Amino acid sequence: METSARFLPRSSVDSLFDAIRHEGFSRLVGPVVRDGAIVYREIASAADLPRGMRDRQAPGTYRLESQDDSVRTFSWANGPQALKPMTFAPREALWRCERDESGGLGFRDAAQEHEPTAVIGVRACDLAALQIQEQHFLKPPYPDPHYAARRSSLFLVAVHCSHPADTCFCASTGDGPRAESGYDLAMSELDEGFVVTGGTDRGRAVLASMGLDPASSLQQDKADREVEAAALGQGRSLPSRNLKDALYARLEHPHWDQVGRRCLSCGNCTAVCPTCFCHAEQDEPALTGETSEHLRQWDSCFTAVHSYMGHFLVREETRLRYRQWLTHKLASWHEQYGRSGCVGCGRCIAWCPVGIDITAEVAALMESGDAQS
Amino acid sequence: MPVTSRSNQTTALERLNARENARPRVAVHKFSSCDGCQLAFINAGEALLELAQLVEIVHFAEAGPMDPEAAVDIAFVEGSISTPEEAQRIQTVRTNSRFLVSLGACATSGGLQALRNFNADGASGWTEAVYAQPEFINSLDTATPVAEHVKVDLELWGCPVNARQVFQAVRQLLFGVSPVVDKDKLCVECKRQQHVCVLVAKGIPCMGPVTHTGCGALCPAFGRDCYACFGPAENPNTASLSQRFDGLGLMPESVAQRFHFINSHAPAFRTEWLAWKERS
Repeated sequence: METSARFLPRSSVDSLFDAIRHEGFSRLVGPVVRDGAIVYREIASAADLPRGMRDRQAPGTYRLESQDDSVRTFSWANGPQALKPMTFAPREALWRCERDESGGLGFRDAAQEHEPTAVIGVRACDLAALQIQEQHFLKPPYPDPHYAARRSSLFLVAVHCSHPADTCFCASTGDGPRAESGYDLAMSELDEGFVVTGGTDRGRAVLASMGLDPASSLQQDKADREVEAAALGQGRSLPSRNLKDALYARLEHPHWDQVGRRCLSCGNCTAVCPTCFCHAEQDEPALTGETSEHLRQWDSCFTAVHSYMGHFLVREETRLRYRQWLTHKLASWHEQYGRSGCVGCGRCIAWCPVGIDITAEVAALMESGDAQS
Repeated sequence: MPVTSRSNQTTALERLNARENARPRVAVHKFSSCDGCQLAFINAGEALLELAQLVEIVHFAEAGPMDPEAAVDIAFVEGSISTPEEAQRIQTVRTNSRFLVSLGACATSGGLQALRNFNADGASGWTEAVYAQPEFINSLDTATPVAEHVKVDLELWGCPVNARQVFQAVRQLLFGVSPVVDKDKLCVECKRQQHVCVLVAKGIPCMGPVTHTGCGALCPAFGRDCYACFGPAENPNTASLSQRFDGLGLMPESVAQRFHFINSHAPAFRTEWLAWKERS
């Protein structure tokens, strides 16, 4: 499926960007340093990439460190967001409603035109999450046209992870650190450049157009070893890829109260989670009352309205909101999508303001067997 | 609040309700406040002109129209109840209004001036310290939210309120439906806007996780911590956030002060302030 690996010298990264643009993806988005974190923004050239930056992540903490002697531009794990906001917009109009001349209401779809965009530096965990989101949003018979339009505008350049953060546990969920599928191009970073492989016809076409030399077996071995080390270096894990029965057996476990006392029910974990897809829809009429926009925006199972039904809240208490999140993500997700909803990116751990650690909470829940009583 | 009158004389509100096809009448009342929330109306510019076409603005001293006793469909009330005269006047406003909206932090939680509620001697110590002739000042010992005096139909938080939120509420009322105000934590909106979390990435004590959304995450957009000018969100876990502030190295007095500011009188913040005040 892959072309043989090619070697892209560090000095030629901009040529790769030009080749991608030539393929029709005029806009490039990649990792940059902004406000103390790695975020994805429009980039012009390789000079915009975060050279020498490392992320130090811990529960509730994220810091970037600059390593002046490093030439590497992907020596970090992740930032608060990656692909999710590009495919599942945080807020977008789905349709508009206007009063016509006869006083009737006319409905019009919101625009679904998106500039073809190449995303540079996608991680394995984000590709796994993208696959889950596609299952959710694009499932027949009612694929979401807004999601589909955004998704089909993207060309994805993965970079295998060589520098996991302390919060990462993708090796235990089986979603990384090597990007296995779902990309157009995949790269491994070495000091001298990148080992590049194609994942799709258009990716291979880009690669072929550059006339690069094959990567040497030495280069490929070194790249593989770095990814293997990245898997072995992960300190966190989930005890199983399927915790459905184990969690269902612990719905009344006292630990839910314990975590409920710490949880802020602020929704940060769900916002940074690359697989969380809950949203709310609302109408925003113009003051004149003549036009109205129907909006979709990110919601969270940690908000009150998420469980509002007929004048009461199903999940008023924080412990119930946390339980809903965790048991959906790791248990009922299996029934919906045939796998767990966690890809081990660790974002919910780092970006929780009070540092609640999903791996530690699961461990605490599992510690004392069946705790129904 | 339905107003009933058993006398033969009809009330102003009954006469208002008896009108046919008239534009809804709106009043903006001022109590103890800085006028900043009224400015949110005035600064709306074009939207305010549109509003003036849709409704009849009968009382809005800051913008011109003066008729404080007018019966209205919607009364916006800015400011807290801080004087004996205000305690009387808010009753009249309520009697003359079909739908009463508290506009901003002062009206909704007592505002900055509610800090005096925590003084043992009420306002008198400060009055004497500030004014050359304190005998002319006639204040209550407390500055309290409108809802502690009369029924409030809708609370709009903020210091100041967000004009977009105010006009959305007006629009809903003109459609004849109850306005819905989002009471989520600020973080939900901050993340939608993809601001980098200042608490996690910079270690600064942001109040976002316990604060009522509505401002559009203004402060975090500029790399600043939220200081809770929209008051407490629904289900705020102030105790856990305080613990985190403590872990960031804030002294107990500083933790207490995070809750003792614009919305100090709001119960969730008052309780947390007291808990940390006692430790300091």
